Amino acid sequence: MNTIKKIRFFWKPLVFFICLIPTILILTDALEITGHLSANPIEDIQDRLGNWGLRFIVLVLTISPLKIITGKNWIILFRRMIGLFAFYYVFMHFLTWAILEQNLNVSAVIEDIIERKFITLGLISLTLLFIMAVTSPNSIRRKMGVKWHQIHKSIYVVSVLGIWHYWWQVKIDAREPLIYAIIISILLLYRLLKFKKPTSSVR
Amino acid sequence: MRKRNYCKINSSEITSYNNYINRRKFIKSATLAGSAMMVASVNGANIPETPQGKLSDISSSIYSTDEKTNSIVDVTTYNNFYEFGTNKDDPYKNSKNFKTRPWSIEVSGHAEKTGVFNLEDFIKPHLLEERIYRMRCVEAWSMVIPWVGIPLAKIVKQFKPLSKAKYVRFETIHDKENMIGQRYRILKWPYREGLTISEATNPLSILAVGIYGYALPNQNGAPLRLIVPWKYGFKGIKSIVKMSFVEQQPRTSWEMAAPDEYGFYANVNPKVPHPRWSQARERRIGSGLFAEKIPTSMFNGYGEHVAHLYKGLNLRRHF
Repeated sequence: MNTIKKIRFFWKPLVFFICLIPTILILTDALEITGHLSANPIEDIQDRLGNWGLRFIVLVLTISPLKIITGKNWIILFRRMIGLFAFYYVFMHFLTWAILEQNLNVSAVIEDIIERKFITLGLISLTLLFIMAVTSPNSIRRKMGVKWHQIHKSIYVVSVLGIWHYWWQVKIDAREPLIYAIIISILLLYRLLKFKKPTSSVR
Repeated sequence: MRKRNYCKINSSEITSYNNYINRRKFIKSATLAGSAMMVASVNGANIPETPQGKLSDISSSIYSTDEKTNSIVDVTTYNNFYEFGTNKDDPYKNSKNFKTRPWSIEVSGHAEKTGVFNLEDFIKPHLLEERIYRMRCVEAWSMVIPWVGIPLAKIVKQFKPLSKAKYVRFETIHDKENMIGQRYRILKWPYREGLTISEATNPLSILAVGIYGYALPNQNGAPLRLIVPWKYGFKGIKSIVKMSFVEQQPRTSWEMAAPDEYGFYANVNPKVPHPRWSQARERRIGSGLFAEKIPTSMFNGYGEHVAHLYKGLNLRRHF
């Protein structure tokens, strides 16, 4: 009981703040307090937010394997927050693209979504993350039962589409998306192997 | 949010630039450049012995645009020069120790005059001109940059190409030691580019040796690079060590890496999208966080000087 309280009133706020640091750094860089944005600030903000979206997707996928490997069940208590941060960064990445990159030019946005396959992929990922985010409260989760688990398995799809989205937009140097792809492959493979065992509780 | 004031180069930016190029080195080269000036007026183009020194005797050109130039910071910290890494600030960070003196250029192929020339001798017969050009990257951003260089037509003429010389082929230095980007096979090194002989002799084409009146910083392709403003930026091969007059269309690094995405001509063309993104509009670097993109012009707005080169050529196929 004591640990639960500690997690709720100390560790969770702390982790929440840590997860916000990338956002704070973008703002303070834009204001030239901690550093500066590149000569192409819109691209810089968009790339940083997208990268953090992908990193949080990786992070949320490491939580249940970590729980199993360490045997520390409290780890799972952070999963929802990390997942919501994944949605938050991907959504901010999308907003930067729509507002700053496209200036809310509806025809340009629609044209890009239809004609640029990597943007289509990004939008599908964002939609799935949005569905998971709005169904994340415990009350909704209880009401939805088994269906909730099925819906939230789409995080695996999101992780694959997210890397694909990144891979398709790099000009030629795919080393970074490759690193993400390797990490996510390991995390998905781990689940696949665990899933075969009937006693597994990995989701 | 910060708005970049790219319209004018203010003194603080110049200070930071000097800071970057290392004050002592700067003062030394400024002195050298000063002493070189007297020679310059007699012998033609001179390049300071120390990199990044001030250039002298630069004439202006009718081909310059009167658009506002980007800041030195924009031009020297946001670069595609994969030899020093693939992030935009990698060339700025990783090129500091790159040595550009002594430097020589090998001229070969179908020409009367061929051989290996010192950089100084290579440019000496010519006069320096400032060319303020728009630069449109294939990644859909653009800048306005005050280059200092020599019309390529004059350099080509100097070597007296033969009738077999249909193309000019260029090559960047291959130097894994000092160019850390060349340790990864992102592209086939050394970087190679090419132009048709009529493109090379078009009055817009220059070989640049400087920006903003100073010798080129390493990240911008020191000491000698190609500028062809109606083409996408990747045609502007940097740190050139080889120039060759050839009969066959040369293969270029980007075309070899992704032939369906980057063609030999690479003319700026808003109507032919890159397979993965649109080329209809461009982001002008330095225009601020809330500026809209601007429409991209055919041949980057240089059509009156170059459109005739491509008469009868299907630009959708020969992109």
